[in-house]
Amino acid sequence: MHVDLNIARFDPESGEKKPYREEFNIEVDETSTVLDGLIKIREEVDGTLGLRCSCRSAICGSCAMRVNGKAVLACNTKISDLVSDENKSINVEPVGNMKLIKDLIVEFDTHWQKIKAIEPWVKTDAPPPEAEYIASNESMMELIGVMGCIQCGACVSDCTVLAVDESFLGPAALAKAYRFLADPRDDANNQRLKDLNEPAGMWDCTRCMQCVEVCPKGVDPMGRIMKLRDFAMEAGYKNTTGARHAEVFSDIIKNNGVLNEFWLPVKTFGMFNIPEMLKLAPIGLKAMMRGKMPPIFYEKIPGSKNITKLFEKTKVV
Amino acid sequence: MKYAFYPGCVSKGAAPELYRATIEVCKKLDIELDTETMEGASCTGSGVLQEKNEKLGDTLNARTFAMGENSGLPIMTICSTCQGVMSQARSRMADLEYRESVNSSLSDENLEYKGQAEPRHLLWIIIEDIGIEKFKEKIVKPLTGLKIAPFYGCYIVRPSDVLGFGENPERKHSLEMIIEAVGAEVADFPGKSACCGFPILTINEKNSMKMVSNHTLSAKKEGAVAMVTPCPLCHLNLDGYQPTASKQVGQPIDLPILHLPQLIGLALGIDPKVLKLNQHIINTESVVSALALTP
Ligand code: FES
Repeated sequence: MHVDLNIARFDPESGEKKPYREEFNIEVDETSTVLDGLIKIREEVDGTLGLRCSCRSAICGSCAMRVNGKAVLACNTKISDLVSDENKSINVEPVGNMKLIKDLIVEFDTHWQKIKAIEPWVKTDAPPPEAEYIASNESMMELIGVMGCIQCGACVSDCTVLAVDESFLGPAALAKAYRFLADPRDDANNQRLKDLNEPAGMWDCTRCMQCVEVCPKGVDPMGRIMKLRDFAMEAGYKNTTGARHAEVFSDIIKNNGVLNEFWLPVKTFGMFNIPEMLKLAPIGLKAMMRGKMPPIFYEKIPGSKNITKLFEKTKVV
Repeated sequence: MKYAFYPGCVSKGAAPELYRATIEVCKKLDIELDTETMEGASCTGSGVLQEKNEKLGDTLNARTFAMGENSGLPIMTICSTCQGVMSQARSRMADLEYRESVNSSLSDENLEYKGQAEPRHLLWIIIEDIGIEKFKEKIVKPLTGLKIAPFYGCYIVRPSDVLGFGENPERKHSLEMIIEAVGAEVADFPGKSACCGFPILTINEKNSMKMVSNHTLSAKKEGAVAMVTPCPLCHLNLDGYQPTASKQVGQPIDLPILHLPQLIGLALGIDPKVLKLNQHIINTESVVSALALTP
């Protein structure tokens, strides 16, 4: 089978000024992966092609890269799934949101710093037991999905918040934090939540689901971040804009059935938060001039009482 | 073709122009809208409610789906976020045991979600029910020469498995298909399926505004004269907050952002005023006058 691998190249050490594209036209098997194709190029065409790989079985996490714009493991991405009779070309780039070293190799330092920052080990208060720590089966079953993370960096690569703010802890580290918060043996929940509640932590996720989409291991980082928010609100960390937003949003739906875009920001910030109100005012004014101010009085849906009842029935347990 | 119309909170609140444009466009496309069936339907929870209590969110959506099923009509949405949240709820409720436990809360109202209702966005309905060729036949004022950037909104593209991209692969390119069908040219840019930043607007305005300026400026770099979105929440951020984003990045942007039905409406020959193109924060005059020049 024929394929044209269009690869992003760049070797700053050898004095190259900027990244460029190089196309390699090769023959591969029907079963070949993108990684097989790249290794073939490195072995038979151009030995200088820089890439990382090890297990070739989606276990070690070294071969993450962007293929046709999306972060994947090159070793579990089949070429035949990406080409057709009309289109034989595949784009290969290094992962995003990390500093480039050479060709498809990036620097993982910032990623590891963030993983370290969440203190990824079980912290206990009690004196160590005589034998092993016992954790229930159910609690470990809940953790199995998130423990499946192989630190490949695919979620970090495609995170839309990291793309605009490198200080964000990011999906991988936050999912890792969840792994310890949900561990019954860990006693440091309060401190952990306090730290994660800070700016650049759990509330900065924009819920875009990129991490969920690209994770090759089904870790569901965003789902874990939402659970962190749950934990934080339950533990009484309610004084962030994010927590208030969730609270106010929920109250508005509970009482009216539908959202009211006028009161949502006003109540989230608090009416007496003068600086934020002053910021909102011109935007509201502009909207009003275009004849589209959201109604100041709550509009309820017919039968909104039924919604209130559902809220009361379906309380979180 | 008749649908139970689920307009969503935003088209009834902060983006009334979307509601108007939808009604006008559907008339021209022979899409009959039942606006009563869903009058008592609640908000989908938009992912925010699900943050706090997923099952409650699913219950509200099951209630909406049951109302749709009772009417015997398929449900039509006009918001990427509504679509995504509903598709996610639907996928969780494919589990019979879970669905039954959700339904048990609905018994007071005599409602039951039977697992049949499948809400779909107008964007998909045009392609799947009308058909792109049939749709093209209805175009009376092709938007020839206009370069339009697509902006999907996260929830209508991810997670792709719950959105039925496997069975309906054209959903992945649906917005580009519509742009081309109305005679315009696609201004392709890398951010088209990224986040608009709306969900973090109140939490981290700086990051949110950076998303707005990144997307609008990179679309402009590809020659876009306007951007089109099937998501009114994206519209709120990309249009409503574009002046704030422009101030933050320190450069003018001025890229008109159209709701999907507005773009279609122009090509169907509907008066821009009827489509409420004058209700945007970013002036849309440039699009209207560019259109006036096309033959
Ligand atoms: S080479 Fe180990 S995950 Fe791909």
